[in-house]
Amino acid sequence: MNSTSTHFVPPSRVGIYEPLHQFGMWGETFKSNIGNGGSVNTPNHILIPNIQKLDNNNLSEDTSHGTPHMFDQEASTSRHPDKIQRRLAQNREAARKSRLRKKAYVQQLETSRLKLIQLEQELDRARQQGFYVGNGIDTSSLGLSETMNPGIAAFEMKYGHWIEEQNRQICELRTVLHGHVTDVELRSLVENTMKHYFELFRMKSAAAKADVFFVMSGMWRTSAERFFLWIGGFRPSDLLKVLLPHFDVMTDQQVLDVCNLRQSCQQAEDALYQGMEKLQHTLAECVARGGLGEGNYIPQVNSAMERLEALVSFVNQADHLRHETLQQMHRILTTRQAARGLLALGEYFQRLRALSSSWATRHREPT
Amino acid sequence: MDKVMRMSSEKGVVIFTKSSCCLCYTVQILFRDLRVQPTIHEIDNDPDCREIEKALLRIGCSTAVPAVFVGGKLVGSTNEVMSLHLSGSLVPLIKPYQSLLYQAN
Repeated sequence: MNSTSTHFVPPSRVGIYEPLHQFGMWGETFKSNIGNGGSVNTPNHILIPNIQKLDNNNLSEDTSHGTPHMFDQEASTSRHPDKIQRRLAQNREAARKSRLRKKAYVQQLETSRLKLIQLEQELDRARQQGFYVGNGIDTSSLGLSETMNPGIAAFEMKYGHWIEEQNRQICELRTVLHGHVTDVELRSLVENTMKHYFELFRMKSAAAKADVFFVMSGMWRTSAERFFLWIGGFRPSDLLKVLLPHFDVMTDQQVLDVCNLRQSCQQAEDALYQGMEKLQHTLAECVARGGLGEGNYIPQVNSAMERLEALVSFVNQADHLRHETLQQMHRILTTRQAARGLLALGEYFQRLRALSSSWATRHREPT
Repeated sequence: MDKVMRMSSEKGVVIFTKSSCCLCYTVQILFRDLRVQPTIHEIDNDPDCREIEKALLRIGCSTAVPAVFVGGKLVGSTNEVMSLHLSGSLVPLIKPYQSLLYQAN
């Protein structure tokens, strides 16, 4: 009499309830198994309809047996043992299939997860090598507005290409400096590399007109580059610091010229920066003006807007300083020295970008 | 324009500025650091402001303000001043007007 109950697998062990909550697919298995079309929407009803449908009469008699189990089988067994056995076997089969499906699904998830990690690693590798892969995308502060601005979208695309060309030029400089090359070839390579930087300043000028804050914030650069940001780009005097250690032999005149350039660069930077600070100060004053309790009303909004427009000229002037510093270095140095300097500069930025990648992935789980 | 001619040919370094222009402030800071005390003409308070601006542009200044004159001759605006300075040509130009006693902070 009680033998059938040992074959009956309690719902908890089957573990079918949880999966059904989450994965609708298992519900389908049960729908087909429960030929009577019992409801599968809530797990609790899965087995009950089976029993009730079959043994509605018996259930009322079961209570007298004293077993609290809602799937009381003992009474039914005596009446329709085969049907019960068949139903139990079907349930077992359904449970087994459910387990297999769950296993397959979990395996799928695992594979996708590994693929995702792999893709992220590829992306980081590409970034390390300096390929621009949309640095602006993974910064949450950007929002939709930047990508909606056509001027900025165009700039980001151009910058991606600029980085690729930059990397190519750095490779070329490296190869050429290791091998034998004529001064004429070297000179044209140096000219092209310089022109490439000047092209970036032109691009930035157009982007600043579209959205000066985008350029000022350096959102188009990697995180480590942004740390060193000075009015929308690198500090001109830093450029000299990066280049100088690579010039082993310099004439006295060169040493003097570089020394003077360093000083005038510093003075120009200081003056420009103080002008920027004054702009910030007057803008803050402008925004702070206004009666108490007037909310976000700006009394002199036109004047405030004018100051923001002035920011564009500061960004342009900063790039002008960069342009002139590069130009002067080119004038002071020999062609070979200039080539080495440009290689050093390019590799410096490559390393900054690689550092940004390393930093971004430092908490990644090892696969 | 006579007024501009007169003002620009004053001795030493003359700079036309506007009180709201922060690049003008930049140029002033630079000259101060070079130990020069330029004569500043703030044109936004001048009734002939518009005329002066037009005249400065006509003379060949890339932007009306700041307009820098050294010894009566037009040097230019911010761009020109910066280029001159980085090439080392600005200091020789203003040498006669550099103060030995006035120390920049």
